[in-house]
Amino acid sequence: MSSMRILIIEDDRDAAAYLAKALREVGYAVDQAADGVVGYDLAQEGGYDVVIVDRMLPKMDGLSLIGALRAQKIDTPALILSALGQVDDRVKGLRAGGDDYLAKPYAFSELHARVEALARRRPKGAPEETVYRVGDLELDRLSHKVTRAGEEIALQPREFRLLEYLMQNAGKVVTRTMLLEHVWDYHFDPQTNVIDVHVSRLRAKIDRDFEAPMLHTVRGAGYMLRDGAR
Amino acid sequence: MTALAKLFRATAFKLTLVILGLSAVGAGLVLGAVAWQVVQLVDGETRQTIEAEAKGLSEQYEAGGIRRLGNVIEARSRRPGSSLYLLTNAAGEPLAGNVAQLPQGVLDQAGFVDTTYQTVDEYQSGYQNARHALARIFVLPSGFRLLVGRDLAERGRIGAVMVHAMAVSLIFFAALAALGALFVARRVLRRIDAMAGTARAIMAGDLKRRLPVSGADDELDRLARGLNEMLARIGELMAGMREVSDNIAHDLRTPLTRLRNHAEEALRQSDNPAAARAELERTIEESDDLIKIFDALLMIARAEAGADRAGMCAFDVGETVASVAELYEPLAEEQGVALKVEAAPGLAIVGNRELIGQAIANLIDNAVKYGVVEAEASGALAPPTEIAVNARGDGKTVTIEVADRGPGIPAADRARAIERFVRLESARSRPGSGLGLSLAAAVARMHGGAVRLEDNAPGLKVAVTLPTGAAAPPTAPSPPPIEAGA
Repeated sequence: MSSMRILIIEDDRDAAAYLAKALREVGYAVDQAADGVVGYDLAQEGGYDVVIVDRMLPKMDGLSLIGALRAQKIDTPALILSALGQVDDRVKGLRAGGDDYLAKPYAFSELHARVEALARRRPKGAPEETVYRVGDLELDRLSHKVTRAGEEIALQPREFRLLEYLMQNAGKVVTRTMLLEHVWDYHFDPQTNVIDVHVSRLRAKIDRDFEAPMLHTVRGAGYMLRDGAR
Repeated sequence: MTALAKLFRATAFKLTLVILGLSAVGAGLVLGAVAWQVVQLVDGETRQTIEAEAKGLSEQYEAGGIRRLGNVIEARSRRPGSSLYLLTNAAGEPLAGNVAQLPQGVLDQAGFVDTTYQTVDEYQSGYQNARHALARIFVLPSGFRLLVGRDLAERGRIGAVMVHAMAVSLIFFAALAALGALFVARRVLRRIDAMAGTARAIMAGDLKRRLPVSGADDELDRLARGLNEMLARIGELMAGMREVSDNIAHDLRTPLTRLRNHAEEALRQSDNPAAARAELERTIEESDDLIKIFDALLMIARAEAGADRAGMCAFDVGETVASVAELYEPLAEEQGVALKVEAAPGLAIVGNRELIGQAIANLIDNAVKYGVVEAEASGALAPPTEIAVNARGDGKTVTIEVADRGPGIPAADRARAIERFVRLESARSRPGSGLGLSLAAAVARMHGGAVRLEDNAPGLKVAVTLPTGAAAPPTAPSPPPIEAGA
């Protein structure tokens, strides 16, 4: 696998250096820009899999930068980093053309999981798969049927959506906040690890009667669904 | 500015003067009209008298000719009174009467004439006194002329009386105007000065002061009351802020101290990598908790400022309640609590779905954390408890209730329980920031609603009331959103 290319546009040199180092350690090729104009020029040349944009930048702010890229029909996935973490800040960020929004300070594992999810996203306009397959686990998005090794598994509607999202990101770490955002459509802090209980219920249904577990807990990060047989 | 200059510059003073000036002009007009009417009346009567006398004299003339007329006139002229007579020959030389001097040409005029004259007596004694008269001149067939008239001194006197009355009343008006303006202006100025003084005292830091209200229920009282309500609200906010900063100082220092301790411990354990790593992990956990507290505080502040109004839209609260309850249902079950949800569908309100979802989540989270009767030390299982979550609407408001069967909160503590960072003694031992209820209350308040704590006998019932329109009155001083239910 050729390494993914990431562009970090961030004016805080310490934060940018830390992020670039961490991303390189997990195998990405990283470029950096310290202000909006340089960042825009680099992003415009294209070739990046994900652009990480700080919201407040000198010369051109993050939201305008993304808006300018989108106006140029450059749809490189953009992750907005911001010290403004309230709900309406996020809405503004996504409305400006950002694909995901992460409030500072963030855990690197959270950022990593989100970058992965953005980078491996199917290209825009590609037909959506109607059946997800991971190992012997199959999920039919139209008939809402889930089978493992040919055996049908009955799921509650929410469990179905949880599994659907996990399978969509099979092989990648999915964090608890990502699950809360995509499965429940909430962006708040649920105070308790409510998500864990939902995941363990789902796990009981898809893994209990089978030898190889598929739904794994990634310590300090979240969950990952992968083919246990391999 | 001297006190007097201040008085003259007062709006009340100027207004009073203008009003009194206008009334003076009005009164002058009325008096003038009356005077004119009176003069008209007097003139009319004079004319009638003249006509009557002329008629009598013409009868005398018809009966006895010019000689008899002359005699009658001579006789009447000697009577006292204001009647005037003059008989002249065709050349204008006087034959009889009590009128001596007349201006040139008067005798040639027909009809009523307003003229000056002199009496015969005065003319003969050389006394110059121009009198006024209303007279009528008749030309007799033989060229003789007869003047019959009345002295107008009486009319002049009435006019003088009128002018005098006008002058006197104007002086009175002016005096009254000045006094009234001074009185009103001083009265208003005193109250305004008192208000300004209070305002200055408040600015100087005496935040407890309130503007004086006289009790007259006039516009100044209304103004003072409105400003006092504003001051009360500002005071409330200030007190809230002061309390928050005190609490932040206390409740953030504690986790910050722990954070620092863990970091120091990690440094000390440098020759024991496993222990150092564990300490570092705890450092990160501790800082994540701090960030959560920080976010919750920001969210409360924003909700209280109403800054999130832009994020409002119409949505179904019943659906939100159901989905949040569903989020917590497995957790509750794991704790041995049955979560019973009753949410009527179609409870549409205009509001911020995220914030209301967060508020409901906080309430359910609290109920799961604190609303459970703890198992006895013996290890025996506590009796199964339940948490009832329901949402219903009456068209104008939507009420969301979360009721548990836990130990509840004593009535005396309920108001305090909603305050930021307040964790009642019974809850100190369990995790939590103490911001859950405050956030729910702030969200309700931002939507123009309220949070109420009630007795669930046994247990605690938290009721959130939200208006369906959710347009919080932006100006009206909202009543304290927290009420401790009985």
